[in-house]
Amino acid sequence: MEISAFVLFWAAIFTGNILLTYFLGMCSYLSISKEIESAFGLGIAVAFVLIVTSALNWLVYYYILIPFGIVYLQYIVFIIVIAAFVQFLELVIERYTPSLYYSLGIFLPLITVNCAILGVGLFMIIRKYSFIQTLAFSAGSGIGWLLAILMLAAIRRKLKEKMVPAGLRGAAISLIITGIMALGFIGFSGIVQIQ
Amino acid sequence: MTKKEIFINATFKDNAIWRQILGICSALAVTNLMLNSLIMGLGVIFTLAMAGMTISLIRAWTPRSVRMMVQVLIIAAYVIIVDIFLKANMPVISKQLGPYVGLIITNCILMGRAEAFASQNKVMDSLVDGIGSGIGYTMVLLAISFIRELFGFGSIFGFRIMGDWWTAWSIMVMAPSAFFLLAMLIWIINTYYYKVKA
Repeated sequence: MEISAFVLFWAAIFTGNILLTYFLGMCSYLSISKEIESAFGLGIAVAFVLIVTSALNWLVYYYILIPFGIVYLQYIVFIIVIAAFVQFLELVIERYTPSLYYSLGIFLPLITVNCAILGVGLFMIIRKYSFIQTLAFSAGSGIGWLLAILMLAAIRRKLKEKMVPAGLRGAAISLIITGIMALGFIGFSGIVQIQ
Repeated sequence: MTKKEIFINATFKDNAIWRQILGICSALAVTNLMLNSLIMGLGVIFTLAMAGMTISLIRAWTPRSVRMMVQVLIIAAYVIIVDIFLKANMPVISKQLGPYVGLIITNCILMGRAEAFASQNKVMDSLVDGIGSGIGYTMVLLAISFIRELFGFGSIFGFRIMGDWWTAWSIMVMAPSAFFLLAMLIWIINTYYYKVKA
């Protein structure tokens, strides 16, 4: 089963959106979607970390874990790679571009525990993607996540002035909006299909 | 606080899903079948209880600056135990749950309880808190998966309940229904349990 990287990229954004279909990265998605600016900042940071750490994890898995026969350690190794990269990124950004650090830096610690990052890493192993496929899949997933959080932030801004039943305010109404978005995205499912 | 109060607090008053809105990812993803939800819930209860106990046990010797990393590693170690156990004893369910077992590591409930409770409280209290939070989480999972499996497949725990006349609602198997059902659950709890007023 060899899916072309191009198809995988589009499928990861639309038909198999990491958030709307696989529910990954919900925690930060619900809590950081009040303002469009911060949603955009977090989305960019997640997409970037996702692409780089997936590539790193792929290399680690196939060139270190498998040859040494320590595949059962993959969760620990993956999470260490992600945490270490996020820490490294924080240092680099703080040192060279302080302005970016102030707009993006606050999100970086949140990213380590974002399930989308680890989730993409685990999906690529389970589905046996090649390196190129992994790059396309992680890029698509990152963009898909960014798209979803931007849409939610935009809708929530409009919703601020509207009357929402008291018990629904906050997370519940966001979940309903997300459900409607997920319904809309099902409409894409005829275009390309992965699993 | 007595152990009973800690348990009630963790399970109902401060329920991880409907009150703290943590751990939504897996709560939505594995709830299409009740059996999957139950296994996932048991895995989370085990990890929460053991990780809470361990983190609490070494809390005095953990430097503050690296405590997040230490907590994640402890959690990951227990998740590996759960994963290997499932792979060995229930290969079919392990395959269906797929990456979501591994994703217990980044489940916000784990880090949330470790940070908010286990790193400041006694060992036995942390154990009780972990079990309580896990049961609260499992309860919500079972409630959502009950509706999804009943309407989506016409069965409960794999046993067919509805007769042949029943047409399965395919929407209940797909992603959007999970969002709607969880939103409705939170709405009902907010209105009747917390009595939120405008």
